[in-house]
Amino acid sequence: MQSTNDKFKVVGTQLSDAEKISKPSLSFWKDVFIRFRKNKLAMFGLVLLAILIFMAIFGPYMTEYDYKTNDLTNKNQPPSAEHWFGTDDLGRDMFTRTWEGARISIFIGVAAALIDLFIGVAWGGIAGYKGGRTDETMMRAADILSGIPYLLLVILLMVVLGQGLGTMILAMTITGWINMSRIVRGQVLMLKSQEYVLASKTLGANTTRIMGKHLIPNSMGPILVTMTLTVPSAIFTEAYLGFLGLGLTPPLASWGTMANDGLPALRYYPWRLFFPAIFICLTIFAFNVVGDGLRDALDPRSRK
Amino acid sequence: MAKYIGKRLLYMIISLWLIVTATFFLMRVAPGNPFASEKKLPPEIEANLQAHYGLDKPWYQQYTDYLVNVVTWDFGPSFKYKSQTVNDLISEGFPVSFLLGMEAIFIAVALGVLFGVIAALKQNKWQDYTTMAIAVLGISVPSFIMASFLQYFLAIKLGVFPVARWESFQHTILPAIALAAGPMAYIARLTRSSMIEVLANDYIKTAKAKGLSSGVITVKHAMRNALLPVVTYLGPLTASILTGSFVIEKIFGIPGLGFHFVTSITNRDYTVIMGVTVFYSIILLVAILLVDIAYGIIDPRIKLAGGKKGE
Repeated sequence: MQSTNDKFKVVGTQLSDAEKISKPSLSFWKDVFIRFRKNKLAMFGLVLLAILIFMAIFGPYMTEYDYKTNDLTNKNQPPSAEHWFGTDDLGRDMFTRTWEGARISIFIGVAAALIDLFIGVAWGGIAGYKGGRTDETMMRAADILSGIPYLLLVILLMVVLGQGLGTMILAMTITGWINMSRIVRGQVLMLKSQEYVLASKTLGANTTRIMGKHLIPNSMGPILVTMTLTVPSAIFTEAYLGFLGLGLTPPLASWGTMANDGLPALRYYPWRLFFPAIFICLTIFAFNVVGDGLRDALDPRSRK
Repeated sequence: MAKYIGKRLLYMIISLWLIVTATFFLMRVAPGNPFASEKKLPPEIEANLQAHYGLDKPWYQQYTDYLVNVVTWDFGPSFKYKSQTVNDLISEGFPVSFLLGMEAIFIAVALGVLFGVIAALKQNKWQDYTTMAIAVLGISVPSFIMASFLQYFLAIKLGVFPVARWESFQHTILPAIALAAGPMAYIARLTRSSMIEVLANDYIKTAKAKGLSSGVITVKHAMRNALLPVVTYLGPLTASILTGSFVIEKIFGIPGLGFHFVTSITNRDYTVIMGVTVFYSIILLVAILLVDIAYGIIDPRIKLAGGKKGE
């Protein structure tokens, strides 16, 4: 049987249809945002984070008490309408102190993450872009520094340099930037051989422009994820140091020092440990989930 | 391989030298005299004390002495407890910490791998969601908070376990769990993601097509490859167990090295702080090196000497 062309007919597909864009075009970050929004756990973390930050800003003003006034007639009160989270051994209102502590903990976390960001991006960016000897030397230096146990170094510095906000942030960032620099270096190494960078070079762009305009913005995804995950680890370190008795000096309150103060009283006044402890966990949890969600949203393999 | 180990050893020694040097100079700028007490010491006695501890020598000689001492494994005397040396403290406290740490590592690896494998096999089912929810919680709860909660609810309120001290196996359970919780959660997540990746491979399909039972496929084919990332995590795991141990020993009153370390921080007993820091750094660096070498041996796909990194 002979088949001829007249037995077939065009049902409607046209060549131009193949070129048609059926979905609205999305920028990279819009796409990421849509995928992030679908992740319920991450969205929950984001909401939680918003609440925590809101309370850190306004919480201390919600009561008539301030965080450092002692009231020895009302010490170790359980939570009540008067003192929502109870009082501590000097009669200070735990609610006010908890949110005062939130400010410090979140501040430390964000400050450490920002400093890590600047040093890490500069170090990793230069090493990755220059390559060769410079790269080798810079990354070996980072390798050697990263051999120093992080918490031990932080403890040592806090003991010797004295306790304070500045020392704490300094101690955390001395080796904290290494992770960021490795990630940025990897990104830059991968991106710098791409055609658009070559095109930009051909057009006469200098190093600063290529870095600032092409390499760093295109590495923003992994950088953002690393930053979000640095914050909880800094908050953890702060709490840990506070718990070792190396935290901030009274009457300043951080969650770590409050937990440390509460520990000896655990048997009789458990709320003194529980409130700061719960908020440490919630904050770390929120940042972790948001960071995980961001990573998944940025991963092109997770696209459906 | 030999070249790789040599290179790693060199870096390790440089790292250690940096640590020792940093601790030495930090000790010198540390505020306060080690012999400071309420009573003012007569100058002769103070001079004698200084001479006894070698503090009257110029700094460069003290520094070289300190380096030599560390190399010969002598971390010097404790400034606060005259009859005790740092070596005494280490040989007394470290076995206890070691036992606790090993128990915690065992719990973390065994349960972490189990949860991770279950979650991967039941991907996107309730088992997966439950274990991963527990894992996220485990990562978010710092060990010292976990420890105080366990102590409060299980020991003080319910009386199931002893509250504190270090006497029998029962006493070790709560601290070991508290120490293991975070790493366990991390291992569970690590195992899950690498298991999922491995299960999508063609050789798993081949194994299924051959008619092997799912148990054999999971254990012999999938897990062998999926567990490699867990092996790399053993180095950081040691670090987190070691440092986590400080606070856990403080909470449960366990007479380990971590407990002594925390006490020496409170007492500002500088030589002990420095000695224990150097000691822990050595342990950690050696542990990480061993893990990396072991990784190279276990996974034949990795050629350490070739060093594809940085090329």
